[in-house]
Amino acid sequence: MTHQYPALTPEQKKELQDIAERIVAPGKGILAADESVGSMAKRLNQIGVENTEENRRLYRQLLFSADERIDSCIGGVIFFHETMYQNADDGTPFVKMIRDRGIVVGIKRYLSISTFLQVDKGVVPLAGTDGETTTQGLDGLSERCAQYKKDGADFAKWRCVLKISENTPSQLAIMENANVLARYASICQQNGIVPIVEPEILPDGDHDLKRCQYITEKVLAAVYKALSDHHVYLEGTLLKPNMVTPGHACPTKYGSEEIAMATVTALRRTVPPAVTGVTFLSGGQSEEEASVNLNAINTCPLGKPWALTFSYGRALQASALNAWRGQKENETAATEEFIKRAEVNGLAAQGKYVSSGDSSGAAGKSLYVANHAY
Amino acid sequence: MTHQFPSLSPEQKEELATIAQRIVAPGKGILAADESVGTMGKRLQNINVENTEENRRCFRDLLFSVNPTIAESVGGVIFFHETLYQKSDKGILFPQVVKEKGIVVGIKVDKGTAALNGTDGETTTQGLDGLSERCSQYKKDGCDFAKWRCVLKISDSCPSALAIAENANVLARYASICQQNGLVPIVEPEILPDGDHDLQRCQYVTEKVLAAVYKALSDHHVYLEGTLLKPNMVTAGHSCPKKFTPQEVAMATVTALRRTVPVSVPGEGGEASLNLNAINQTPLARPWRLTFSYGRALQASALAVWQGQAGNREAAQEAFCSRAKINGLASKGDYKPTGEADQAATQSLYTASYVY
Repeated sequence: MTHQYPALTPEQKKELQDIAERIVAPGKGILAADESVGSMAKRLNQIGVENTEENRRLYRQLLFSADERIDSCIGGVIFFHETMYQNADDGTPFVKMIRDRGIVVGIKRYLSISTFLQVDKGVVPLAGTDGETTTQGLDGLSERCAQYKKDGADFAKWRCVLKISENTPSQLAIMENANVLARYASICQQNGIVPIVEPEILPDGDHDLKRCQYITEKVLAAVYKALSDHHVYLEGTLLKPNMVTPGHACPTKYGSEEIAMATVTALRRTVPPAVTGVTFLSGGQSEEEASVNLNAINTCPLGKPWALTFSYGRALQASALNAWRGQKENETAATEEFIKRAEVNGLAAQGKYVSSGDSSGAAGKSLYVANHAY
Repeated sequence: MTHQFPSLSPEQKEELATIAQRIVAPGKGILAADESVGTMGKRLQNINVENTEENRRCFRDLLFSVNPTIAESVGGVIFFHETLYQKSDKGILFPQVVKEKGIVVGIKVDKGTAALNGTDGETTTQGLDGLSERCSQYKKDGCDFAKWRCVLKISDSCPSALAIAENANVLARYASICQQNGLVPIVEPEILPDGDHDLQRCQYVTEKVLAAVYKALSDHHVYLEGTLLKPNMVTAGHSCPKKFTPQEVAMATVTALRRTVPVSVPGEGGEASLNLNAINQTPLARPWRLTFSYGRALQASALAVWQGQAGNREAAQEAFCSRAKINGLASKGDYKPTGEADQAATQSLYTASYVY
């Protein structure tokens, strides 16, 4: 504790910080295109498309071949393992396609439990808890990171999951997930990969906004203590948290300004300014909701020293998937849908998105409740 | 952990946040005038003045009775217990004198350090017993903030994990109790500058200590917007052979704070004008206000000029106001030091292993 054994050289630190800054450059966010085979199955099933490797390749190609309009709003793309090694129709590796446009490539980093058991998740149960989990994948992580770095990835993602209920999250769940996130982050940085730290608190439940804020603050405090303990270089990390929202089954409804206030307050109380950027997960919000909330977060009248942007999967792709429906003739239209959402979120990340649905920014601002109540 | 049992009402939170903001308003810092009887004794001895209650009152009166424009540079004054109940030459209680200038009154509430057994001379700080009742009384007597000093040191084996954890915990307990009684707690985890360690080592230790402090504050449900931090500046040890510039000190300090101090903390007090100035000029984003909380640094010149002589009172007040103004500028990064500086100001204010 008293002596430093520097984990990274100044050059390594600089590289990591540069990568992080490029990903969350103003107006840019992340396309999370890292759905596992199992997750893709659900998505493709909904549009009546068979879950084959080829269909997954065709779908990702549709996204990656979007024109230069996305270069100003997408700073990074998270790949699933399989996609890292797939090519476009003309034989160009997807990784190369993305990197050549100056977009940073990331890789989802956790080990799936055996697909034979059809449990396509990275989580494992924490015995003695009320159905809580930790995330596995540390074994051989360093070697895998080294390989991914060679194959073109510059950042990684690791998802931990917590839930809110009468008895959860427990002390153990918070501490264990914070610790495993810190180990993952430390190993990534050793291999020149920027770790995105994702402690997702699920929106399931009937809890209200205040409860979610309280728990988010506790979880994030634990995460940053663990990162400190593990000597992680904060400037070379990104945080991917949930927005602070009420549970899905909560009877009370909240406006986007309230969500923004609660979210920004929680972050201000826990995330050190040295963290380069915060890339929110959409967690089941609709495309429009995710954009409107992100915009409200960026117009919230509280000091926000980090970039506040998106790392969206469904919230960027839902319309595209729907437009495609597996039909070749729909490809261009589907790509357009994706570009549209990317541009909208690029604006939201700068607080410049004016939703056609609801009132303009000026009217929205007056709904911000004084922050001392949070 | 899963359910919140709110420790403060929205009104209590608002009061605390408002007080904190007033203390560290732009261009303002804190005058630490809370020297214990023993410490005042050393100060007065330096200028051949007897350490009597009247002499202590006299010197504090000199400071508090200056022109009200002092409030432009001083947002808060930390009192010693005795001083809280003393009166000015005009017969007005000191807290009232200070408050009338629009300055917030604070009080030191810790009871000094106590040894941590099994460590290499490390300490924790005591004072939690009956703290709530004492805070409640201080609030009635005019105080709106409190100070509690924890001490850590750097050596080959220090600070130990226990020292860090224990001091962080006791600071959090103190902070929690203060807030319950409407007092803004200044959290002070001071890492002493004794030793020959370099700047990097101090930065590393400071980061570890502050990370522990903020985790403890979170665990104890402390309302960060209603707190202030008083950290050491990140500097090399006093016997470090290598010298570092104010800019290097500033960079190391701001980096350490950026890595550990949440944005919701309104402001912090550091030390030494030149360093503070450099700190407020560093090209790194600083989302909290960085200002001063000075004892000796604000008073040394005044004491030297005063020499216990009534005839020197005005000149001493001049010296004090001058230092306050300089630091006010430094807290905005606007201080431009001239070539000449008075001797008392430049003399190193370092006393080995300083105890309050």
